[in-house]
Amino acid sequence: MQLETLVEQFQKKNEKAFESLYHMYKDSMHGVIYNIVKDKAIAEEVMQDVFIKAWHSSDSYNSSKGRFFTWILNISRNAAIDKTRSKAFKNSGKNLDATFFVDIIESNENLNSKTDAIGIKKFVSKLKEKCIKVIELLYFKGYTQKEASETLEMPIGTIKTRNRNCINELRQMIVE
Amino acid sequence: MDTKAYIDTGILELYVSGQLSEKENKEVYDKMLEHPEILQEVLEIESALMKLGEAVSPGLSASTIQIIKERLNFNSDNGKVVNMPKSRSNWFTYTGWAAAILVGAGLLWSINQNKQLEVQLSDANVEKSYLETQIEDAKSDLAKTENLLSILRDRDIIAVPLGGQGNFENAYAKVYWNKADNSIYLDGQGLPDAPEGKVWQVWSLTLNPLTPTSLGTIDNFNTDDNKIFEIVNTNESQAFGITLEPTGGSETPTMEQLYTLGVVSP
Repeated sequence: MQLETLVEQFQKKNEKAFESLYHMYKDSMHGVIYNIVKDKAIAEEVMQDVFIKAWHSSDSYNSSKGRFFTWILNISRNAAIDKTRSKAFKNSGKNLDATFFVDIIESNENLNSKTDAIGIKKFVSKLKEKCIKVIELLYFKGYTQKEASETLEMPIGTIKTRNRNCINELRQMIVE
Repeated sequence: MDTKAYIDTGILELYVSGQLSEKENKEVYDKMLEHPEILQEVLEIESALMKLGEAVSPGLSASTIQIIKERLNFNSDNGKVVNMPKSRSNWFTYTGWAAAILVGAGLLWSINQNKQLEVQLSDANVEKSYLETQIEDAKSDLAKTENLLSILRDRDIIAVPLGGQGNFENAYAKVYWNKADNSIYLDGQGLPDAPEGKVWQVWSLTLNPLTPTSLGTIDNFNTDDNKIFEIVNTNESQAFGITLEPTGGSETPTMEQLYTLGVVSP
């Protein structure tokens, strides 16, 4: 089924459409969430919250405002970041800055069961430090260009082109 | 608009990962509708980022969707293990296509087989009618042979061996004479084929005085299979002779060409 049709059905509260969308995006969203919370049980919990929120706020999505992927990505990142700010999470003593997404992928045993996993693993091991940081901040953490520019001490224009070049490299690795 | 330059600015990557303002999002959306290559670029960026996210996932519990559905109070297929609708539809699609291709290939194969079988069938029919003809021929030959045998075994038949004469001592023939129905059967197995322009002529003889009477020529001698010829004979023959004569036969036998001669036993 076309994504547009599926999203329309989902907005009409069609449970099947909701499930289909869940299965399309669950793994990528789980990856993004896990990269922020760094804990499997908490990531499961956030996943539930994200898709329940998506169901209840389906009216707020509009294709002219962005991709459905981007919409669910925003909900996921926000829910995960909210979780890290909770008191219970802070008490768990997680060191959130210790690892980036690349470290997770490189140590990820679950990759074997996935398509493109080998290509991505190869990619991230070769990925330049500057790419890792840009993708980590913009994609996984949802930083604005300005925030990323300040964090990495780079001009905004450089962030933008570097992000494109790094994602291009990723795309080529996946295609190979 | 130079779409390549627009793509190269890196705005689409920011669009997919959600860094643009609402106004900028609307602009990109309009450009996607206008330029298919921009939409294509967005889809590829989105796919790459999705795969990157999937690679980070340490594996999501299969029961998560059940918990979500319970928390949302979904009623349909309560408690059932949920299959993935997306992959199910893919499975159906692939299976459908695979089945269609199989059926198509099977059909072509069947048509081809059918054609081959039709050819084989018509070959078999030709062969069958050929064999039927042979059987008919064999039956008819058998009937003729049996008839001949019954004639030769007849009590009234007189067998007359004809020996080779002069230079033709290797030649021989036999005459079976049925006086009751005035017919003789000449067995010419021991005679050579008549040469071009010549023909075998059969003679009935009385010995005292020596008088030959022609019983006729054997025009089909060379082409006959069993070399047995039925000839009418109303004479009181005392002997039979066979000479080689020019085609059409002669009034009197050419004695130099007398191949065989035999006397009827009294």
